[in-house]
Amino acid sequence: MKAPKSWILEHVDVPEGTTTDELTARLTLTGLKLEAIASPGKDITGPLVVGRVLTMDPEPQKNGKTINWCTVDVGDANGTGEPQGIVCGAHNFKPGDLVVTVLPGGVLPGGFEISARKTYGHVSAGMICSARELGLGEDHDGIIVLSEDAGTPGEDVRPLLGLDEEVIEFEINPDRAYALSLRGIAREVLVSVDGASNFRDPALRNTPAANDQGHPVVVEDAEGCPVFVARKVTGFDPAAPTPDVISQRIIAAGMRPISLAVDITNYVMLETGRPIHGYDADKLRGAIVVRRARAGERLTTLDGTDRALDPADLVVTDDSGIIGLGGVMGGETTEISDSTTSVLVEAAHWDAVSMFRTGKRHKISSEAGKRNERGVDPTICEAAADRVVELLVEHGGATAEPGVTVVGTPPQMPVVQVAGDLAERVSGMPITKERSVECLRAIGCEVVPAEDGSGTLSVTPPPWRPDLTDAQDFSEEVIRLVGYDKVPSVLPTPPSGRGLTRPQQLRRRIGRTLAGEGYVEVVSFPFVGTTDLDALGLPEDDPRRRMLRLSNPLSSEAGYMTTTLLPGVLRSAAKNVGHGNTDVAIFETATVTLPRDGGPAAILPVDRRPTDAEFAALDAALPAQPLHLALVALGDEVSGGWWGEGRPVSWADAIEAVRSVAEALGLEVTATSADLAPWHPGRCAELSVGDHVVGHAGEVHPKVCEAFGLPKRTVAAEVDLDLLIELAVHLRPAPTFSSYPVAKEDVALVVDASVPAADVEAALREGAGELLESIRLFDLYTGEQVGEGRKSLAYALRFRAPDRTLKEGEAAAARDAAVALAAERTGAVQRT
Amino acid sequence: MSGPNTDYDPVEVTPLKADEVEAMREAALAAIAAAPDLEALKQVRLDHAGDRSPLALANREIGALPPQARKEAGQRVGQARGAINQAIAARQTVLEAEHEERMLVEETVDVSLPTLRRRRGSRHPITLQSELIADLFVAMGYEIAEGPVVEAEWLNFDALNLGPDHPARTMQDTFWTEPADDHVVLRTQTSPVQARTMLTRKPPIYVVCPGRVFRTDEYDATHSPMFHQVEGLVVDEGITMAHLKGTLDHFASQLFGDDIFTRFRPSYFPFTEPSAEVDVRCFVCRGVDSASCRTCRGEGWIEWGGCGVVNPRVLVACGVDPEVYSGFAFGMGIDRSFMFRHDLEDLRPLFEGDVRFSSAFGTEI
Repeated sequence: MKAPKSWILEHVDVPEGTTTDELTARLTLTGLKLEAIASPGKDITGPLVVGRVLTMDPEPQKNGKTINWCTVDVGDANGTGEPQGIVCGAHNFKPGDLVVTVLPGGVLPGGFEISARKTYGHVSAGMICSARELGLGEDHDGIIVLSEDAGTPGEDVRPLLGLDEEVIEFEINPDRAYALSLRGIAREVLVSVDGASNFRDPALRNTPAANDQGHPVVVEDAEGCPVFVARKVTGFDPAAPTPDVISQRIIAAGMRPISLAVDITNYVMLETGRPIHGYDADKLRGAIVVRRARAGERLTTLDGTDRALDPADLVVTDDSGIIGLGGVMGGETTEISDSTTSVLVEAAHWDAVSMFRTGKRHKISSEAGKRNERGVDPTICEAAADRVVELLVEHGGATAEPGVTVVGTPPQMPVVQVAGDLAERVSGMPITKERSVECLRAIGCEVVPAEDGSGTLSVTPPPWRPDLTDAQDFSEEVIRLVGYDKVPSVLPTPPSGRGLTRPQQLRRRIGRTLAGEGYVEVVSFPFVGTTDLDALGLPEDDPRRRMLRLSNPLSSEAGYMTTTLLPGVLRSAAKNVGHGNTDVAIFETATVTLPRDGGPAAILPVDRRPTDAEFAALDAALPAQPLHLALVALGDEVSGGWWGEGRPVSWADAIEAVRSVAEALGLEVTATSADLAPWHPGRCAELSVGDHVVGHAGEVHPKVCEAFGLPKRTVAAEVDLDLLIELAVHLRPAPTFSSYPVAKEDVALVVDASVPAADVEAALREGAGELLESIRLFDLYTGEQVGEGRKSLAYALRFRAPDRTLKEGEAAAARDAAVALAAERTGAVQRT
Repeated sequence: MSGPNTDYDPVEVTPLKADEVEAMREAALAAIAAAPDLEALKQVRLDHAGDRSPLALANREIGALPPQARKEAGQRVGQARGAINQAIAARQTVLEAEHEERMLVEETVDVSLPTLRRRRGSRHPITLQSELIADLFVAMGYEIAEGPVVEAEWLNFDALNLGPDHPARTMQDTFWTEPADDHVVLRTQTSPVQARTMLTRKPPIYVVCPGRVFRTDEYDATHSPMFHQVEGLVVDEGITMAHLKGTLDHFASQLFGDDIFTRFRPSYFPFTEPSAEVDVRCFVCRGVDSASCRTCRGEGWIEWGGCGVVNPRVLVACGVDPEVYSGFAFGMGIDRSFMFRHDLEDLRPLFEGDVRFSSAFGTEI
């Protein structure tokens, strides 16, 4: 809400010398937050004065334009009292008009310095200004013509145009709809600013009593429209200009002046908070009827949009049909036009929830709707309508008809029982019951202390505060007036905490482990589209294609919640490559969304705790959201340099990264060959811990690399971290070491190339028996010496007994047993 | 060749003459002293102390001497050989020391050569910021609560006193999921974790919940459809706004520096009543000569988050008796806290995945 300071002070007095900063600082602390203070004329310096056009000679130019060579009386403002010669390109004025003149030495917004300069064969000593040149709006169709009594030539024009006005913009919270008006802001000044006084309520008027001579109105839905007031004026001059003060204030408030009648309704809305609608009374046919719309009905609203109405929409109708979407936007057929001479003024109170729903349904966001849906004082309809009539009469030459239609009565405000010490108990600072009563009365509440000594207060909120419904709401009112800044700072004493949970600790450990392995953590948005999954090469029946769809995604290409973190990390990797980084290793941990048919998540009641079954059903209705880890690496794992060649990353690094994570959790990962997109079919490992498949790792399929703009041989992994964390070993037993000497044996085994090394090693382990301490593959050879389709695996075996030195030949015997079992299981032949 | 030689006249066994032995000793000592390195000394040892050295050969002649002369000759040769061996050992020590010293000099490297061969990893600054905040609260005795990001509408809104027609619902532009009648949203705030916590724990409750939240904001320098919040919730007997203030003052001083405190301004959140905006004292200018301060843009204060006393309606919906318990809740932007703490004006680098960004923060902040 933007409010000119002068307008606020029209309704309340503040102590002499109260600065704008002091005023806004105080209001900020009591709940009207200062957003900005703007002054339309702050970028204008130098002489900007009223000028009277004395002569005006049109001079056609070679370029087809016609300019006007004018002489302008600027009084003594130019130091000589002589008329000022000015060239002007606009034509919307005539000799005798008062115009806004900037003289040489003046500076207009944008640093536009004015000097006397030669143009079109004249020395133009200044400029006649348009609204846009002064930063007063977009109007550049012509120059500003001031009203005849606006001022005298030479007078500073700033006050006349409101250029020296300070416009204060407040951030209004949804519960303070009353502050969307000068009435509400002035009232806040009264209760917030020390020494403020003499609140002049613009809605406190003597209004004519209702009678049966007014325009007939029938309200069929009193719940939707509890109060409907109609007044009428005739003989309105549609050409009458809007007084400067009204148009300036409307502009300052961020709205657009349209015509006198419309401007007055907006002006009164800003002043009182009550939205007003004006109809061209001559276009109305018969009685006005307020009802809910019927299925299939349509209305073209003032904004030219043809709308299909919903049976829940409140509409205003006459004999011609629907003429307005009640409280939200009027219809085209009865719109006030430049020939309107009779105006029917509607000031109605509408049900806030209906307003909210209709506005949302039709995506209409209007100044009227904003107020109606948050709640307006229902008692001021007559006053607001009367104020509009007054202004139409005063500025539009209209005559007020004697008829006053008032249908319905404002709803009663509820009486709320509030404990006298509630504010004290809620705030934790001493606030007496008397102080509470004082504060509540200051904001307009009726307060009746109980006579039974209970200290309870019976509080009726003022009609402009529909937000005050619960006892605790009143405590906020008291505390904000006492001052949030007075609330003491006291630390509570929590019971002994248990620290991070184990999964929380392990997640941190995983992040640190990967950072230690050289991976950089990234964060991506979880939104993907089917094209992302296509890029991953996922087959049609891949379960990862079953995604949760967003109803209102920001982009149709990313309309789903992802089931895999790979698109995000692959995109991030590509971005780094795009930035010229040749060696990239990144990881991300985040939840993925795996839909399951849990049915709808019920909207449960809020007046009681849900049952455990209801709460469990809510959770079951949500998709599974396991925490995943994805990582990508490309380029060199060890860079080349003065020490020698670099080592490029390989599929093995992706597996190893996962192994290091698993090891940090005390787990051992087994890799077995797999074929899963987006990995290279021959270089993809399924990773398991025991019987649990925890993820996949390996080299990314070359086509996928290409699709993401990544170099070939990029590697990646994705793992279900929740599963890994669940499997994590909690307490690891301390190891024992044998101090007896080690016996080393090496064996080289030749097997078919298709035999997994892990199988050979497993057989060796088993065959070697208990004396085997460790086994390590130290060489892998393929080539002529072992023959086509064969490979040689060379293992270093270490034997040791826990309790004695091995006897001569014991290690060799164990080795032979190992080789024998490997031969039996895998067809391994010992290489000699 | 060896063995007694009775044919010799002792006088004629020249090598055993005193002056001969002395000459041999002198020659040996001179050679030892002159040996420039360990290699030369090795040769000197062979030449003067080896099996075929003149003194060794002379020693063999002792047997040719008459018995009465043997002792004297033996002593003479023995002393000479002893002296030579000693000299060799001494020279050996000197030369070894010299050698070692020379080797160390020769092995000198350029230690200014670059040493980075392996990539440096790092964690994301928002992760680090979240953990830092979690740790501050864990130190106070709080626990870290969690909840899903794809959340039930009831938990994200209704349970928090945001009914279906609450105007405040439009303050938070929500991502809805399909089908719409499933009533599932991307949580717009970490507040549903409040509800979950109250539904699953008994008071006293002292928790914070850092996490991701979503709003349908177009992505620009100051808005993101996904961002991070930390939610705090305390439910206990006799909890007041003063406890909220104390907690946030402590939080502010821990995160932004000693003597940094907060300011409350009245605000509106459906789940708290009273509600407040929290401003934190600018930790750069500390409210002194703020006009030129970039961090707070001349305000002296930085908007930090929202907070308030838990609305009794929320307590009721979550099964906590408002007659016995009261609580406070607060919510701060983690990204936002990070941004002003680390002087970041555009939030997009947080979500762009450029390793240069995360790398700048290492593994702790």
